[in-house]
Amino acid sequence: MMVDSPDRPEPLTGDRNLETEEFVVNMGPQHPSTHGVCRLILTMDGEVIKKVVPDIGFLHRSIEKIAENRTYHQFMIYTDRIDYVSSMNANHAWCVAVEKLAGIEVPERAEYLRVIMAELNRIASHLVFLASFAIDLGAVTPFLYAFRERERIVDLFEMTCGQRLTYNYMRIGGVSKDVPKDFVSETKKFCSYLYPRVDEYEAILTENPIFLGRTKGIGLLDLPTAINYSVSGPPLRGSGLKWDIRKDEPYSAYEKFDFDIPTGENGDTWDRYKVRIEEMRQSARIVEQALEGLPEGGIKAKVPARFRPPQGEAFARIEAPRGEMAYFIVSDGSTKPYRVKIRTASFCNLQALPVMARGWKIADIVAIFGSLDIILPEVDR
Amino acid sequence: MFELEGIFSAVGDFLASFLGAPLLQIVSIIAVAGVVIGFLMVLALFLVWWERKLSADFQVRIGPMRTGPHGVLQTIADALKLLQKEDIVPLTADKKVFFWAPVICFVTCFLAYICMPFGKGLIVRDLNIGILYIVAITTFTVISLLMAGWASNNKYSLLGGMRSAAQIISYEVPLSLSLLGAVMLAQSLSMVTIVQGQGGSFLHWYIWRQPLGFLLYVTAATAEVNRTPFDIPEAEQELVAGYNIEYSGMKFAMFFLAEFINMFTVCAIAATLFLGGWNPPFEFLSFIPSWVWFLGKSLFLVFILMWFRWTYPRLRVDQLMAFAWKFLLPLAFLNIIVTGFLIYLFE
Repeated sequence: MMVDSPDRPEPLTGDRNLETEEFVVNMGPQHPSTHGVCRLILTMDGEVIKKVVPDIGFLHRSIEKIAENRTYHQFMIYTDRIDYVSSMNANHAWCVAVEKLAGIEVPERAEYLRVIMAELNRIASHLVFLASFAIDLGAVTPFLYAFRERERIVDLFEMTCGQRLTYNYMRIGGVSKDVPKDFVSETKKFCSYLYPRVDEYEAILTENPIFLGRTKGIGLLDLPTAINYSVSGPPLRGSGLKWDIRKDEPYSAYEKFDFDIPTGENGDTWDRYKVRIEEMRQSARIVEQALEGLPEGGIKAKVPARFRPPQGEAFARIEAPRGEMAYFIVSDGSTKPYRVKIRTASFCNLQALPVMARGWKIADIVAIFGSLDIILPEVDR
Repeated sequence: MFELEGIFSAVGDFLASFLGAPLLQIVSIIAVAGVVIGFLMVLALFLVWWERKLSADFQVRIGPMRTGPHGVLQTIADALKLLQKEDIVPLTADKKVFFWAPVICFVTCFLAYICMPFGKGLIVRDLNIGILYIVAITTFTVISLLMAGWASNNKYSLLGGMRSAAQIISYEVPLSLSLLGAVMLAQSLSMVTIVQGQGGSFLHWYIWRQPLGFLLYVTAATAEVNRTPFDIPEAEQELVAGYNIEYSGMKFAMFFLAEFINMFTVCAIAATLFLGGWNPPFEFLSFIPSWVWFLGKSLFLVFILMWFRWTYPRLRVDQLMAFAWKFLLPLAFLNIIVTGFLIYLFE
């Protein structure tokens, strides 16, 4: 049961009849470590995983079909529900796609505000990752520390748009409201508060021998496999590829900011964790720069209520906290899209799990699954 | 002044004044058992509350506040709630084993207190094999956990039961060996003799002559009572709750309370063998009753175990085994050899 090497001895057979057999464990849909309603069908040999089959679809809400029956403006609230942990980014992706379809110029102030919100939401989302990842490994305390910091970001969002989870803040052509007076100073305060906190998490986790033992070298995802499985976001960067839409295909105002793209070396669970920790610092840097250079001016381009984009199609992608989020829209010239296809990072990243988890122990699959940072409404849509 | 020994012997004399010898024997057995079990139940309830408060402090929360001042009555309320719960037995469970597992777990956790020196003269029976008896009796827990895991007929419980069997049996070895150093110093297995050997100032405590033994014991004991970072039998993120997943109501409460009493047991052993038991750290502090020192030292070690739990992640099952056999065991042997050599050299 404890041996995990290719040269493990054959089980005793014959007269003594001591054969072992594999058994199937249903992990989920109600399980504390599947981060929502996901079911993993594990074929186990003792503690060792032989096969993983993710069973998805418990949260399917046919959002793509709903999009065909809503106007472009109305669909905004549904994008919130695709990824509720970072709904600013989901809003953002939809806006970028529709604006590309209709060729709308967005005021610069609105672009800056979008970047600020998207990056703050990225920090919040990574904090949720950190919290749940630590819990997956059995360390309960960092969970509450991370949520304490997230609370401050949520307060900033509430200040701006009145919502704490599904923000519905962005609009086609801009954002719904300008930020309140003290938002800039409060956000600056938050950024300077965040850096020492991130250092604190690193102190409690990053070099902890138990943490290293549970994450270093576990759940390896090599770069060719990652690319073949269309893995994106921190798991891809953890495998060593410097690929970030914010740098490589800049949207909004990202080309104006100076930030680094952290990458890992081995593509193990620790690298994926480390990439996210580093991304929090980089996001805070972007927020600080955006606040510094926040231009004056309008926050919304003129878009009619009965908005009819020209016939045609558009594809746009952004870098969401979990990876690439893309919208493909086909317009027939009416107020409603003819077809919307949503590409979400969690769905693609989850496909790599069977490859990554094979041969590891049941405790490792929790760590590997946690390090992919899947969010189930994004998997099922 | 507040030594309980006098009170107990006074009560004994009072009873002896009107009871015959055989009757006195029965009455005193029942009375002593009642006092010990009652004390331990209150202690377990306190420890559950304390753990919740401590974890809240570590996690910048406040913890239970509503029931009584600072929520002190919370665990009593929880225990009453568990008493009223429906007793669910899974349809496919092995019903007899399923019933007896929590009972064995609950009963055996009290047995260690037969020879636990709570204070000067406060011991039920000073067996001459005291520590050996305690080490033997605390291992009974593994049987009940294995029974629970097997009888529930649930794959997660089975994995949890198997894990706990593997873990407790492995850690039993370095645990027992780490205690041997102190036994060699005291030249006795009796708990009272071991405590008396550490009298005087705190410099006579065996922790100074057995630092490695103490560290090994605390590490192995953490694993022995399934606390983080060694809590893999019930790893809730992997096995949901491990062996007790199918238990509800009072049976669950029995496992739960037994876990906390076991935690106190291992800490009390460490306090007795390494921290001087009921001896005060300085002579002039001996006006404070001995049982206060014993409780204080034990609870301090309990605090350290709780501190571990709310700080560290959990090891993986194979890492845990490797840690026991490849790291703790050689060190425990080394400790015994060095101790023996030094005793030979100086005495």
